[in-house]
Amino acid sequence: MAEQKTVAATGNTVVAEAMRQCKPDVVAAYPITPQTTIVEEYAGFVAKGRVHTEYVTVESEHSAMSACIGASAAGARVMTATASQGLALMWEELHIASGMRLPIVMANANRALSAPINIHCDHGDAMGARDAGWIMYFAESAQEAYDNTIMALKVAEDPSVLLPAMSCLDGFITTHSIDRVDVLDDESVAGFVGEYEPANALLDTDDPVSHGAFAGLGGPFFEFKRAQREAMEAARPVITSVGEAYSQLSGRPFDVIETFGMEDAEVAAVVIGSASGNARHIARQLRAQGVKAGVVKVRVFRPFPYAELAEALRGVKAVAVLDRAESFGAEGGPLFLEVRSALYDASDRIPVVSYIYGLGGSDVRLELMERMFADLSDIAAGSAQPGKLVYLGAR
Amino acid sequence: MPTVNDFEKALTPTWCPGCGNFGMWRALKEALEELGWAYEDFAVVWGIGCHGNGADFLNCQGFHTLHGRALPVATGIALSNPDLHVIVEMGDGDGYGIGGNHFIHSCRRNVRMTAIAHNNQIYGLTTGQASPTSDQFMKTPSTPGGVVEEPVNPVGVAVAQGATFVARGFAGDIPHLKELYKEAVAHDGFALVDVFQPCVTWNKVNTFSWFRDRVYKLEETEGYDPTDRTMAFEQSMKTFHELTCAPDECRVPIGVFYREEGSFTYQDGLPQLDRPAFKRAYEPRDVSEAMERFG
Ligand SMILES: Cc1ncc(C[n+]2csc(CCOP(=O)(O)OP(=O)(O)O)c2C)c(N)n1
Ligand code: SF4
Repeated sequence: MAEQKTVAATGNTVVAEAMRQCKPDVVAAYPITPQTTIVEEYAGFVAKGRVHTEYVTVESEHSAMSACIGASAAGARVMTATASQGLALMWEELHIASGMRLPIVMANANRALSAPINIHCDHGDAMGARDAGWIMYFAESAQEAYDNTIMALKVAEDPSVLLPAMSCLDGFITTHSIDRVDVLDDESVAGFVGEYEPANALLDTDDPVSHGAFAGLGGPFFEFKRAQREAMEAARPVITSVGEAYSQLSGRPFDVIETFGMEDAEVAAVVIGSASGNARHIARQLRAQGVKAGVVKVRVFRPFPYAELAEALRGVKAVAVLDRAESFGAEGGPLFLEVRSALYDASDRIPVVSYIYGLGGSDVRLELMERMFADLSDIAAGSAQPGKLVYLGAR
Repeated sequence: MPTVNDFEKALTPTWCPGCGNFGMWRALKEALEELGWAYEDFAVVWGIGCHGNGADFLNCQGFHTLHGRALPVATGIALSNPDLHVIVEMGDGDGYGIGGNHFIHSCRRNVRMTAIAHNNQIYGLTTGQASPTSDQFMKTPSTPGGVVEEPVNPVGVAVAQGATFVARGFAGDIPHLKELYKEAVAHDGFALVDVFQPCVTWNKVNTFSWFRDRVYKLEETEGYDPTDRTMAFEQSMKTFHELTCAPDECRVPIGVFYREEGSFTYQDGLPQLDRPAFKRAYEPRDVSEAMERFG
């Protein structure tokens, strides 16, 4: 295990720290609440000479991701950070980054999308980008945000993967609250992520290449997309092996999903991000009262851990999927759709209910979790039918 | 007709005490009262930033848009209801940075509307990072080593890009600013009023006293002719380039830089816009003449 320092810091501070320790050549960013302090702290590192990064203050997120793409195509290690409208404004570039196989790593401080205007936490921004071809990690805590950011870079740059990766942390709840975090020493992180060796750098004058050329009708567009799918599949074992190596370095366990009480759970909640703690807290209380409650936290959303979820939920009598994002017109939130799909091949038909919660930072109170588990117990006991989607706690 | 008091029947401003936005808010309310418009005569469109929070503080019909997108939304409103006076409130980051392309194209499009820029040379709402109008070498949390780039010159860009009314005001001179607003909204074409709006919390360089010591009025300048575009362009080049420039060597004009009467507006180019879309729905056009040649 590596030397570690325990600090009291916000999620944003330790994400900036993780970025510095990964030594990116280029960071291009635009400020947006609640991401701002990541890039401000990073600018401070650059100004103090604590990292040798070309730090570019561009005029929008559209420009930020464009500059990142240019730099990455030129062969640089590139990182950035954004949130909400910023991520939305990057939409076309997100697809360029993944289509051109540029392993850019971006922290995203999850925040609701307008309208109406809101600056608080939900996952609508990141979920809107779930089909953009990025690997997606979600953190429950500042510690996980730090760890995920480092692992994401190692996975993204793996020659068998070469995909961009997002490291998401919950706006304000994780970005701005001070938490206890164990931080690795600089050498350990540098050694862990290693040097980036770009495969097709623009600045290779001996072997000039051009990126992004037309691949229309009759061109290789279709095959490019299949290659992206294959890369996303190839990322699965890499995420696991990088996670194992990182666990050895840090002493902190990693898995694409994290389970609580699932050995014998009859009712279970599947959740992403900072609300996981509330769900576990109530599950723990319920278990003390003899209710077999469990929680599955999803830490990697893309590639989605179908097999792991199906395995974790085997034998469960009722499942609630908690989504901090909407997918209007669908039967439930984005996580619900994936979880139900993961259960399609299960031998028993497990009732799954979609709970939408916490949109735009609305409170995720413990009694809401209690109510959700109570619903599940009724369904498991056969005294209630699994109902339609629930807006948990909406007035 | 609504008065200053009526316009205030909204939320109480949350701007920092002493913020330049208060002066701009006052000048706008007074201008609106003196113009004698009814509520249904005008709409205000805001971008995102401290300036945009003004959407909550002015009792009128309006639209709080996205960061940088006030101008195109306003263009849509102005074109679908040409009877409406449309006023845009945008920030310097908002209107000249992330929405900078809209600014350039609004100037050349010459849609009848007024853009008011709260130019505080900083990103206020996101707590003090450099904006596209921050002076070169200015130190901010996003540029601890100083801003590298030249600032945008909004007045110069507007004059060069064919805007037909270009003015600059100062939030510390409310009566002067009010008159600029009235002239701008009366203008037949795209009007820009760039306003020096001190951000007392985050911009410790470009303060009220900094501006007060350095601004002079074009209308008090011997021989200045605001219909002369070359003169306007020349005056627009007078900017605070140096962070440290002394008041006597660094004088910057406010007032009307340029005014072109009778210009060809976007609306002039689209005669079908002669009445609002919603009215048009009730007044179908007579197409019999066009149909005649088909027997
Ligand atoms: C697409 C997008 N990117 C970033 C932001 C975050 N943001 C909100 S206001 C602002 C800058 C504000 O500066 P300015 O436009 O000059 O207005 P001021 O607050 O100074 O009035 C930024 C970067 C956002 N809302 N949307
Ligand atoms: S931060 Fe600056 S611009 Fe924003 S309200 Fe305060 S003083 Fe005004």
